[in-house]
Amino acid sequence: MSATVARPGIWGLMAEFDQPADLVRACRAAREAGYRRMDAYTPFPIEAVFEALGLHRNAMPAIVLGGGILGGVGGLSLQYWASAIAYPLNIGGKPFFSLPAFIPITFECAILLAALSCVFGMLALNGLPMPYHPVFNVPSFALASRDRFFLCIESRDPRFDREGTRKFLEQFAPRSISEVEP
Amino acid sequence: MTTNSPASQPDFSRPQTLALGVGVAGLALSAVGWLASPEQFFRSYLLGYLFWVGLAIGCLPLLMIQHLTGGAWGLVIRRPLEAGARTLPLMLVLFVPLVLGAHSLYEWARPEMVAGSEVLRHKAPYLNTTFWAVRTAVYFAVWIALGHRLSGWSREQDRNGDLRLSRKMQMLSGPGIVFYFLAVTFAAVDWVMSLDPHWSSTIFGPLIAAGQLLNAFAFMIVLLALLSETPPISAVVRPDIFQDLGKLMLAFVMVWAYFAFSQYLIIWAGNLPEEIRWYLEHSRGGWMALGILIIVFHFFVPFFLLLSRDLKRSRRTLAMVAAGVVVVRFVEIFWTVTPLFHPADVTVHWLDLAVPAGIGGLWLWAFLGQLGSQPLLPLHDPYLREAFEHGGH
Repeated sequence: MSATVARPGIWGLMAEFDQPADLVRACRAAREAGYRRMDAYTPFPIEAVFEALGLHRNAMPAIVLGGGILGGVGGLSLQYWASAIAYPLNIGGKPFFSLPAFIPITFECAILLAALSCVFGMLALNGLPMPYHPVFNVPSFALASRDRFFLCIESRDPRFDREGTRKFLEQFAPRSISEVEP
Repeated sequence: MTTNSPASQPDFSRPQTLALGVGVAGLALSAVGWLASPEQFFRSYLLGYLFWVGLAIGCLPLLMIQHLTGGAWGLVIRRPLEAGARTLPLMLVLFVPLVLGAHSLYEWARPEMVAGSEVLRHKAPYLNTTFWAVRTAVYFAVWIALGHRLSGWSREQDRNGDLRLSRKMQMLSGPGIVFYFLAVTFAAVDWVMSLDPHWSSTIFGPLIAAGQLLNAFAFMIVLLALLSETPPISAVVRPDIFQDLGKLMLAFVMVWAYFAFSQYLIIWAGNLPEEIRWYLEHSRGGWMALGILIIVFHFFVPFFLLLSRDLKRSRRTLAMVAAGVVVVRFVEIFWTVTPLFHPADVTVHWLDLAVPAGIGGLWLWAFLGQLGSQPLLPLHDPYLREAFEHGGH
């Protein structure tokens, strides 16, 4: 079993903080120091952490907008094809292609596809469902859903260095620093 | 936050003097217009009045929503909203010219028209000038009472820090929002829908109310952006406050579009002669092009712009979109009202600009006076410290 492990050693270093402000400071400094493969774990969303980690830019807005436009165009085309080409019906003497009547369904289709692309795009980008994740090997990590704040710098970061990174994290006076088993 | 003394307050005396100047000049010009053409004067007066009274009335639901739901977005605009609500007594006084000019605006106020129409004779017990004016007084009584109590308690809390006052404001806001809404929907029927007494639409009241709400909200965003460089506002505004306000404005744009389209879709689908007539009259000649411009600039342009996160977080770009919304609100009211007087084609009389400028100058003068008389932030609100100490969380 151990022979198949591609990267021996540790998965990363995890620092544990009591206060969100300390975590934000550590995140900001880590990013300034050039670390990129890292993540913060908090009991509730902290806007400043997103900013400190530079996490606000991702593909989600574009995926959702694309889904919405596709849904709107698709919904309108479907109605056009059904009412004007495949099965034209005279309803109250109105034209076969009556835009006002098609707008609610066009709108609903846009919302539907935007919502679906939001859910599935989110799952595709964050890799859920994920049955195993190394951070849970740190016993105190369970508190990340209660009242502790964690920053984990992963060993796949090119700047990661077992001793250097530990020293780097120590300057923010964390409650503890743990090595994360892979 | 509590260390901010009321002395660190921007000075509104210069813009206030400017507003008063514009108001007096606009109304002086309007008086000349009234001598030349009383008919046109009252039409332009109705246009200007509807725009500015909507701005004042629209502050009330925003204030009450904020008391009921909380949130940092509302704390930074609470004082401007209260100042807006406190201009309502002035708007009641400014309603008097409409009572005097009712006969040149409303068909049902002209006895010879009523005598000649069976429908108007049937509606006369409700649609007559006396009852119409009395109803308006009742609507204003509701709005003024709500605005007076909410801003009064808020000011009292600033002085004594009594937390029970927050509960009082919350308890009033629940039923208050119901009474506000009843009054505003009736007022929409009385002031605007009855311009064409043969036409009716059940969603017209909510449509007018949504327009007022959007107008007040967009105005507050512009104001907040202008004040965001000076204390005490500069200490509390952050990009995420503007982002929250931008999201809400997007929601209000969509609410307005939803009501406006619902009204159109139902009348278009029914295609009944007495209902569809209203849209035919509003799409004759240049009114059609103006209507399409409103669809584009009242819904599509702000809708797509406000989807952008960066645009909402920058107070400059958000304020520009908000200012555009305020302008297009005026155009929308113009499109709703004026085709009934000038059915053939788009007609812009110079009074359509002079009278709204005059009323607006007076309104801004009163608004800035109210705004400058109190600290710009509700200093003792129990949520203020909480909202701004942990970065809004």
